[in-house]
Amino acid sequence: MAMILQRFRAARAKDLFVQSAVLLFAGVAAIIVVIIGVYLFLESAPLLTGTGIPGFFLDRRWYPLEGEFGMAAMLAGTLSVTALAMLLAAPVGIAAAVFMRYYAPPAFASFYRRLLELLSGIPSVVFGFWGLIVLVPLIAKLDGPGASVLAGGLVLGLMILPLVSLSTDSSLAQVPRSHWLAGTALGLGRWAIVRKVMIPSAASGILAGMVLQTGRALGETMAVLMVTGNVVQLPASVFEPVRALTSNIALEMAYATGDHRTALFVSGLILLVMTAGLVAVAAVIQRRLKRYG
Amino acid sequence: MEIDVQTGGSSRGVNDATKGLVDIGMASRALTPEEQENLSPHTIAWDGIAPIVHRDNPLTELSDSQIRGIYTGEISNWSSLGGPDAEIVVVNKAEGRSTLELFLHYFDLKNSEISADVVIGDNQQGIKTVAGNPHAIGYVSIGTAEFEASNGTPVRLLPMGGVEASTANVRSGRFPLSRPLNLLTGLEPSQASQRFLDYARSEHVADLVKGQFFVPIDYSSVEH
Amino acid sequence: MVKTVSSNSDGLVSLVLWGLFSLVTVVSLWMLGDILLLGLDHLSLDFVIGEPADAGRNGGIAPLIVSTLLVLAVCMAVVIPVGLATALAITEFLAPEGRWQATLLRSLDLLSAVPSIVFGLFGYAFFAIQLGLGFSILSGGLALACMALPLFVRITASALAMVPHSYRQAADALAISRVSWCARILLPQSSSGIAAATILSIGRSLAETAVLIFTAGYVMRMPDSLMDSGRTLAVHIYDLSMNVSGGDPAAGATSLVLVVILVVLNLITRKVLPDRTF
Repeated sequence: MAMILQRFRAARAKDLFVQSAVLLFAGVAAIIVVIIGVYLFLESAPLLTGTGIPGFFLDRRWYPLEGEFGMAAMLAGTLSVTALAMLLAAPVGIAAAVFMRYYAPPAFASFYRRLLELLSGIPSVVFGFWGLIVLVPLIAKLDGPGASVLAGGLVLGLMILPLVSLSTDSSLAQVPRSHWLAGTALGLGRWAIVRKVMIPSAASGILAGMVLQTGRALGETMAVLMVTGNVVQLPASVFEPVRALTSNIALEMAYATGDHRTALFVSGLILLVMTAGLVAVAAVIQRRLKRYG
Repeated sequence: MEIDVQTGGSSRGVNDATKGLVDIGMASRALTPEEQENLSPHTIAWDGIAPIVHRDNPLTELSDSQIRGIYTGEISNWSSLGGPDAEIVVVNKAEGRSTLELFLHYFDLKNSEISADVVIGDNQQGIKTVAGNPHAIGYVSIGTAEFEASNGTPVRLLPMGGVEASTANVRSGRFPLSRPLNLLTGLEPSQASQRFLDYARSEHVADLVKGQFFVPIDYSSVEH
Repeated sequence: MVKTVSSNSDGLVSLVLWGLFSLVTVVSLWMLGDILLLGLDHLSLDFVIGEPADAGRNGGIAPLIVSTLLVLAVCMAVVIPVGLATALAITEFLAPEGRWQATLLRSLDLLSAVPSIVFGLFGYAFFAIQLGLGFSILSGGLALACMALPLFVRITASALAMVPHSYRQAADALAISRVSWCARILLPQSSSGIAAATILSIGRSLAETAVLIFTAGYVMRMPDSLMDSGRTLAVHIYDLSMNVSGGDPAAGATSLVLVVILVVLNLITRKVLPDRTF
């Protein structure tokens, strides 16, 4: 009896030990994002004085040599490239998912899914490389220097497309099959069922996925850096070059000192806050629409 | 003796050496008088900076004021310089690079006055961009461009102020836009640093300097 | 099929969807084909096992493959234990839907949305400079681990959650301790899911560039230790295509090698986990 009790106690001790170790590691995982946020904030702090903050968003002049750190132009660069990419990727991506699930013959659907899965794993530098040697020269023939908002939007759109499509597909997959059958029983056509029943039922998932992919596009660095020309300016047309906030960090990080370096941390902090905001929006959408959907 | 080398631009080299984060900093430019209050520069080689265009560009020479006009956007088409009817693609460097600072200084420009079509990071990227665009103009380290051009890359160096852009002319001091490549130490370098400096400024490294397409210093003038 | 009022628009929609399908397929195959053609032109056995020469224009990529593997090893050595523990905490040790679990999940969601250049910025300032690890494979692997962790945790946790409830009831009935349950039943039962999580995290890490440029660095030499700087394949593609004139063929070949590795990993995942539920 004593021996059993002893073994029981030993097992309890082991349990306790393992449990603490697991929770400790989980704590580490949970705190990483906090550390990153706090670290960026501390490094940014010297330039984050009350009056300076609006300047980052309103001033478009980024001339670190002359002590000017306005980020409005780069913010516009990031937003214009992201907007163009989503404008391309969102409708085509949703259409691709609808096609795979409801229209394509099985062989085509599975080919399409494989292709999109393959594309979703291709490194962003490879997209950038292809954009640089194929798209940029093509666009240069149309107008401007080639490296442009358009090149960035196309490359990024192509990169985000499979992600939008696969996440839409998995949202559609969660709609109960009975919905489809009910639609058919009502004598609705295929498109009517898709548009009026299936897509609305999956709307929260589709929309939330879209918001998260927007965050992905916003944060993409390499593909954008390679094809947008990186001139800090407000673009007057899609054929003009721009610099994204992400590219700016990659381009100047190793060369920056003093306030210039601090300003790069500010731009990192802005990116972090924007993507965190999108995560929050996605979470709210998922909760809201589920409640009413 | 162990030496770890970190990357970064001249401003970083000056900054790190001033703060004592490193024993020896590196800067590819001369120091300002303020910087010299805390640092002593030790020149180990020379380099020149010159404009480059695509090999197919018919122009063989640009005056300083023409180059200035191109970079400020006053001249935007090659035809007004006697070239083909094509928009000039202006390649500028990203902030923090001393090539940019020297270029701006020489032409008495501020970066905010420049209207660029492409902004690049490294010399090599500048050469690749110009090689890929027949209407582009950029400015890079002469040694690097000479090496690339001799390897068949379709770029051509342009003379400045009538002086051909070549490492030979940088060596003779005739080329107007040249820069020293400096090692930086505190005003009283440690013994180990001094031994390294002596070595880096001796004839033993001439081959290494030439191997990187820079111009060796005049070793007979070095005091030990 | 029953004829319906909307059959006309049905035809139109079908046409549009087929059109978009063709467009996406053509553009994707155009890109993949370009990479394949450019890469095959330059690819050879010597390329894979050779040392790079002439800034990467000639020679091979052997040291870069080694550096890539070492960066991955450091990354996964952190991600697997921390990730497994975190997934277990979510599914086994924290109260379901409780405050701690919700906080942990939210924090991981945020982490997974952090842009990769921000991991690069953080990794450079924190691991390389602050902790004094310098530009090294160690710095790169650690920064990469921060990025890959949430993906690994999400897939692992969903694999753990798929173990049938009846197993848990049986274990409860036998009064097995929670640790034994995890070690003897839960983890072995979800081993294929954990394997998939590992492979997918490796794939994501292999594709990464922005995190590594300023942490693992640019050096092309064969690394001697984890404290050496080492250039990964993805960084090599970036450098060749941006900074090396005449580097495009080698960039194409390196891209092809990287894409082939990723395709193989993708196929293995499919093999390990026939029904990809995530």
